Amino acid sequence: MGRNINVNVEYLTRVEGHGNIVVNVRESQLEECRLDIVEAPRFFEGMLRNRSIFEAQHITSRICGICSCGHTLASIQAAEDAIGFTPSPQTQKLRRLLMHLETLDSHLLHIYLLVAPDLLGVKSFVPLINTHNDVVRRALRMKKTCNDICEVLVGRHVHPISSIVGGFTKLPSEKELDKMLGMLRSLEVDMKPTIDLAATFVFPEFERDTEFVALVSDTDEYPFLEGDIGTTDGPPIPKDAYKSVTNEFIVSHSSAKHCKNKRGSYMVGALARFNLNYDKLVPNAKDIASAIGLHPVSKNPYLNTAAQLIECIHCIEDSIRIIEDCKEEGVDQSEAILVGLNETGCIPVQAGHGVGAVEVPRGILFHAYDVSEEGKIITANCVIPTGQNLANIELDMKKLVPEILDRTDEEITLSLEMLVRAYDPCISCSAHFLNVEFKNR
Amino acid sequence: MSKVKVAFFDFACCEGCQLQVANMGELLIDILDKIEIVEFREVMSEKSEDYDVAIVEGSITTPHCLERIMKIRSIAKVLIAYGSCATIGGVNGMKNQFEMDDIARSVYGDDAHFFPTRPTRAIDQVVPVDYYVHGCPIYLPELVKVLTHALAGIPYRVPDSAVCVECKLNENVCVYERGVSCLGPVTRGGCNSWCINNGNVCYGCRGMVTNPADNAQRDVLTKYDISLDWVENKMMMYNKAKDAKEA
Repeated sequence: MGRNINVNVEYLTRVEGHGNIVVNVRESQLEECRLDIVEAPRFFEGMLRNRSIFEAQHITSRICGICSCGHTLASIQAAEDAIGFTPSPQTQKLRRLLMHLETLDSHLLHIYLLVAPDLLGVKSFVPLINTHNDVVRRALRMKKTCNDICEVLVGRHVHPISSIVGGFTKLPSEKELDKMLGMLRSLEVDMKPTIDLAATFVFPEFERDTEFVALVSDTDEYPFLEGDIGTTDGPPIPKDAYKSVTNEFIVSHSSAKHCKNKRGSYMVGALARFNLNYDKLVPNAKDIASAIGLHPVSKNPYLNTAAQLIECIHCIEDSIRIIEDCKEEGVDQSEAILVGLNETGCIPVQAGHGVGAVEVPRGILFHAYDVSEEGKIITANCVIPTGQNLANIELDMKKLVPEILDRTDEEITLSLEMLVRAYDPCISCSAHFLNVEFKNR
Repeated sequence: MSKVKVAFFDFACCEGCQLQVANMGELLIDILDKIEIVEFREVMSEKSEDYDVAIVEGSITTPHCLERIMKIRSIAKVLIAYGSCATIGGVNGMKNQFEMDDIARSVYGDDAHFFPTRPTRAIDQVVPVDYYVHGCPIYLPELVKVLTHALAGIPYRVPDSAVCVECKLNENVCVYERGVSCLGPVTRGGCNSWCINNGNVCYGCRGMVTNPADNAQRDVLTKYDISLDWVENKMMMYNKAKDAKEA
């Protein structure tokens, strides 16, 4: 007689937002395998209608606390693209720094507080306070350091204040550059034991061939804020044509829309970026990738966490480079601007359509706005990385479950939870997320 | 003495306020020495229905949310609402200026019926709230202050003077002087004029003071030739939920 399994995880923990995993196996045949997104929808795209393009950044950063800098930067890029504004080289440099800080903050949170407990066999970081006190302290310290640097640069990390359409309302002084540099150096020191710890992690073995999608560019930069939409399945696509890649569709079990391109699904995030842009990582990051056995093109989604670690190394080094560059060239304080609702008309506005494409921690994020002559939003569209990954996660689950049918319910549940967590889903963003539901065996 | 059991819950929100808690750094370990966190879904797998203090983030926007918050209220001895979404409805309230069918269709098209939604309400529009930590996001020093009061069982009074008071103490140049409108004059302080200190304007995330100086504010707008419509629309970004009726 075949096996019956019913997994029903309600409100998956240690992910951002609310989601459920539902798996139903009857007579050893997989009947149902879903990731339900049960986050209460918040209708941001609808709420943005008729608001000033100069408010879009402030509002959309509230889509997600963890990714608020990423939403800020995607929103600004779309708005500036729509009204035909070109940011200064200094602004672009500091925006790259801001994006690095968010990537670091988010990846460190995921590696230490969300994933490590599974790999160390506990339910959360709390018991680790007793068993691995130095690890927990280091994790909280590194996370706080990322925040403290953001505080200097943009006022705070959660919902940044000074990064707006047109540039920055406040620019770092020389003293502040030194302060940020000092903190980045301390992160660099803490990164060494982080790498040592990560090297001890044993990730589950699982592979599935899929399409990887991430920004690609023809510069030397590992692209976070510029370039076209790259894929492992064909030539790059201009960001304006993002809809031809995302092809969003609605499924009834998820308040987050699903996406697919050439195949049934595609994957975005650290692993996709690593697979497409490996050559542009700093040499040290490449060396450590080799040392921990991560090579492009990696098809094991559990290794997304390993790719995040590699990106941390890259982001710290590149951040230090940006600040040293700022120190050498000096920061032009006269570029600081106050825009508000553009009451003074300091930013010229024209009607238009604009697209922002930014690599945020969980993958490529699109914001697209149609803007009226008066600078009001006519329509808005945001395509979220977690939403883009949902179809891919479900296809992974469908391949994984039959491969591990010989295990106990608890082991199957844990494998599925770890799989979903590896994607570092952000359900607030995608509507919000995660909970595994085993139905009867 | 046994530790006070504390549970964190979230409704419709961005979870940025819980993230602020994680951003305390090593101070968090000291706090964990004084309280026992029994549920905090974003960072813990444990769940519990036995807690003394419930710390609630997010707004009430669906029938399911409503059931959950009622249950939480019936268990918790003390309920703390934290973050604008919970205390005043926050940005979720912007939804209330549209018909619910219209806004659902604008995002989900013909499939909108899969996602029933109700006008956004703050927590105290649904159940009684004992303590408030306003802000989008919360200002961490204030959270620590409120927690201290709540654990000691004494009331916390939210500052009820305008953001301008703190802004003046911080010696910022008034942004009206620079030709740009700001909600500081009518918004509840307590944030240490966080946004203006960083070169931006106040967006009203902590809600309005109980007795705003309407006429003086009108004079300010007239003086700087800024239309009332601009400011009213701006107020709606965080303060629209307060008009919501029982769904």
